[in-house]
Amino acid sequence: MIELIGVTKAFGPKRVLAGVDLTIASGKSMVIIGGSGTGKSVLLKCILGLIVHDGGTITLDGQDVRRAERDAFLARFGMLFQGGALFDSLRVWENVAFRLMRGATRHPKAQAREMAIEKLRRVGLTPDVADLYPAELSGGMQKRVGLARAIAAEPEIIFFDEPTTGLDPIMAGVINDLIREIVVEMGATAMTITHDMSSVHAIADQVAMLHDGRIQWTGPIAEMDACSDPYVQQFIHGRAHGPISAIR
Amino acid sequence: MTLTKGLRALGRPVLASLAAIGRVALFAASIIGHILRPPFYAREFGVQLLHIGWFSLPVVGLTALFTGGALALQIYSGGARFNAEAVVPSIVAIGMVRELGPVLGGLMVAARVASSIAAELGTMKVTEQIDALTTLSTNPIKYLAVPRVLAATLAVPVLVGVGDAIGIMGGWLVGITRLDFNSATYLKNTIDFLEGWDIGSGLVKGAAFGFIVALMGCYHGMTSGRGAQGVGKATKSAVVAASVLILASNYILTEVFFTS
Repeated sequence: MIELIGVTKAFGPKRVLAGVDLTIASGKSMVIIGGSGTGKSVLLKCILGLIVHDGGTITLDGQDVRRAERDAFLARFGMLFQGGALFDSLRVWENVAFRLMRGATRHPKAQAREMAIEKLRRVGLTPDVADLYPAELSGGMQKRVGLARAIAAEPEIIFFDEPTTGLDPIMAGVINDLIREIVVEMGATAMTITHDMSSVHAIADQVAMLHDGRIQWTGPIAEMDACSDPYVQQFIHGRAHGPISAIR
Repeated sequence: MTLTKGLRALGRPVLASLAAIGRVALFAASIIGHILRPPFYAREFGVQLLHIGWFSLPVVGLTALFTGGALALQIYSGGARFNAEAVVPSIVAIGMVRELGPVLGGLMVAARVASSIAAELGTMKVTEQIDALTTLSTNPIKYLAVPRVLAATLAVPVLVGVGDAIGIMGGWLVGITRLDFNSATYLKNTIDFLEGWDIGSGLVKGAAFGFIVALMGCYHGMTSGRGAQGVGKATKSAVVAASVLILASNYILTEVFFTS
């Protein structure tokens, strides 16, 4: 279980997180929604320790993430970055097998390659993609490779940062379905950041809306559409008028 | 009031400069600390050795060749004023191995390598590849900076050594074709007046310049700002900082090596 209590973060005078309280239960899929620039990615990076939060506590299974042994802590996570963040200088299979070829659970190269190809198959890519470089792939294929890399070491927790941004609706649907299938299949805890409401419906067990540095609303996906919170209603229906200012 | 304002205006950039020096020093200390601690990324080191060393050879070699030739012409022309044309071989050799070989080699590598490293790592930063490395339990300084700094520190002295030889050859070529020197006499004068420490000091300078070039490339790349403008600024800063530091450290090393 991931628990955030009163998490704050500011960049100079700009306050991004102003006391975030959120609980993500083990084995559940939590989707964070919210406008652009509301700190969703910052929140995710604070959990991973990529950004150090200023105040509050973040715990994973009761242990403060700042006190956890880094390698062991990070080994529990997989992450799909917004732009894929594939390493340009490495072939596709080397990207997917990156963690498999390093660290305590290091596998021989041939075995790591086989495991990478298996993960590529799992995300719908054929083995001939394995020896290409990321720059030779389309945006949708890069997302799938990023997804394969995120699940390669079968982590307990997977983070997805805007997994469908920049994809056409069909490819976005494919990625959403893959994420849902993989999370259910692996029994992983998932945390997804998205603006895409079709992703929210496809992926989420729970939804939390981040607004003005705090959690505005959180609840099960089944309750989201009917909830009375005007912020949530404006966001999910994409209305220009409402309590959320269009100029931020 | 005006005095306070003036002091503030003066103090702000001074403090900012000191903070920047501190950040670079901490970054350098972190790299040095990681060099001796496992894991070691041999493949990345090998790739960087090839990129920084082997692929810089043409530019360093050509620079040295033309510099050696021009130096021979200059010394011959200047030496003619007091009938000292005969010193051309020894001055070309000493000038190349002590100063021009390492400094020009260092500056050419700075232009080629510091910019390339800063642009590559800056792009990795803005496309979240460096964050991705961290999430994959890989320390970015160890994986990205250490192989580059180590490769540059080892490769640049070799480049300087090769550049010295090519520069002397450039002087010899001009000497025998344009200045009517006897080939054997030219080579004998070059060897007779050259001491081991002349060459050694240039190679030590090369190692220091290599370290500076890669350090500046890595530091500015890994702390790059967002977007194309951020990467462009990081690249420019890396080359400017590396070039200025090479010239400054060259003076300091020359003081240490030859005036004490």
